[in-house]
Amino acid sequence: MCGIAGLIYRKGTSNIGQEMTDMLQALKHRGPDSTGFAIYGKPTKGQHVLRFKVAEQEDLDSGLKIHDEIKDRRSRVDTILKELGAKVTKAEEATEYAYRYEIQFDGDMKKLADHVEDVEGAEILSIGNSLELIKDLGDAGVVSGQYGLGNFTGTHGIGHTRMATESDVDIRSAHPYWAYPYNDIAVVHNGQITNYWLMRRQLEREGQRFVSNCDSELLAVYTASNMEKGISLEESLTQSIQEIDGVFTYLVTTADQLGMAKDTMAAKPMVLYESDDMVALASEEVAIRAIIPHEIDTWDPYDEEVRVWQA
Amino acid sequence: MAGVSTSHEMGLHTEPLKGRDIKTMFTLENEGGYGYAFARDVDFNKRAEVDAEGKTAREVNSKIRELMDSGHGTIVLKNPGAAHSLVVGILNRANIIVEGSLGYFGCGLLDGPNVRVSGRVGWSFGENLMAGTIVVEKNAGSTFGAAMRGGDLVCKGSVGSRTGIDQKGGTILVGGDTGAFSGFMMQRGRMVVCGNAGKNLGDSMYDGTIYVGGEIKDLGVDAIPGELTDLDKAWLTRKLTQYELMPEKGVDHFTKIVAGKQLWSYDNLEPSEKKLVL
Repeated sequence: MCGIAGLIYRKGTSNIGQEMTDMLQALKHRGPDSTGFAIYGKPTKGQHVLRFKVAEQEDLDSGLKIHDEIKDRRSRVDTILKELGAKVTKAEEATEYAYRYEIQFDGDMKKLADHVEDVEGAEILSIGNSLELIKDLGDAGVVSGQYGLGNFTGTHGIGHTRMATESDVDIRSAHPYWAYPYNDIAVVHNGQITNYWLMRRQLEREGQRFVSNCDSELLAVYTASNMEKGISLEESLTQSIQEIDGVFTYLVTTADQLGMAKDTMAAKPMVLYESDDMVALASEEVAIRAIIPHEIDTWDPYDEEVRVWQA
Repeated sequence: MAGVSTSHEMGLHTEPLKGRDIKTMFTLENEGGYGYAFARDVDFNKRAEVDAEGKTAREVNSKIRELMDSGHGTIVLKNPGAAHSLVVGILNRANIIVEGSLGYFGCGLLDGPNVRVSGRVGWSFGENLMAGTIVVEKNAGSTFGAAMRGGDLVCKGSVGSRTGIDQKGGTILVGGDTGAFSGFMMQRGRMVVCGNAGKNLGDSMYDGTIYVGGEIKDLGVDAIPGELTDLDKAWLTRKLTQYELMPEKGVDHFTKIVAGKQLWSYDNLEPSEKKLVL
């Protein structure tokens, strides 16, 4: 089933980390397998935030050797960053296997991403000037607590609670997906993509990379491919309704935008609330009411509807 | 048929029906007939409130039943918080006032009560409504009134997609717009949309009537325009006035959609004929 949620402030910032946590916790019944956040803080000038992992949570149960292996993998990532000229100004361990680095780097971001992911088990969760992409197994409260999102101030964000139907229960298959190799772009999706393999093969022939077998990743890669061709977010969302086959409602965020698209059948839910200050949208109204307890006017976007809001 | 006086003579079954048939479900001794034998006898002047804050759907619905058991006929539900599956399975007359919004499957399986919701409602609201009236003051989600069989289901705002899917009776009234596939596989009853209707309106409808005051994006398979008669106009005027949805320009501009009934004998068609129909 899965639950998705998004939030964007038009005039200023808010405690987006806690608000997204509350929204996603209210959607826990739609997907208890994993939870993910893509939240946008203050842009760091000349700095990039690199979020990556070198193992899955379940790998920790594979024996004592894995702890040394994780240290070794991280050390190899550090070496690669140094060799490519990326200066790590701050390094934080979110968990034993997932890290947050602030780096100074003005080289080829795609090359950096490719080299880091050459390390066994390594996967870049996101790179951006303001994007922080966090995803792990467990509900929103668990993941938010684990990664310390409670005090995160920002302008906008999207999130996802996953019920695994198409692929494994692991971080690799959890949402949001970063639109590799583009800074600050993330995607969450509720639905099933029925022409996944056809589209995936087409995109792979164009040189795009996939890290999982989750059909939702296609939307991130598809968005990235369109960005590469200079297509705007709104155009990409509109185009996807005709090109992507299946039932879907999905959200995309950039450094300063939040967009949504709904398929031709309007088969997947989305409830929308708009005010002068903010826009909140979620698979169910209970998620919006988790942050706005008083009565509000909400509505369902229709089939083939595309919307983009600016932070 | 001359001389045939009973259904048995027409070759129909003679054995008694088993299960929850009309004999066990209804008591004909009730004044007004056809009330459930286990329906509660309530007093509309006896009023009570239920605060849904912090309660589960089961707790809220059980509390409403308890109040009706003790004769309360007017129940106000406060702080529903857009929660799912509230105010369901009520099979007797009662006035239920919901102060706020409901989530998915709100007011499902109702047979008799009058409900007013001051807020918005989520997907599958009023599903399987059998009798009574439900009025929603704001918007509604998709599959509004799915499989309903009787009563009046009213949304004063706009509704989502697949409104009245599998509708088997009763009346759905929408003050605003409705989304795609509304009236999909409709079998009986009436649907009135004062605003616009999305694509594939009335797709594969068997019977029933849809009235649209605004624009129709397109019609579904086997849905065709019908003639808006004086009887239709009189009925529309009465119903829309009753629920304060009457458009300023009246009802003459409404488009009537009915089943083309080309799919009725679909199974008997040759493949080439199916292509023509579809």
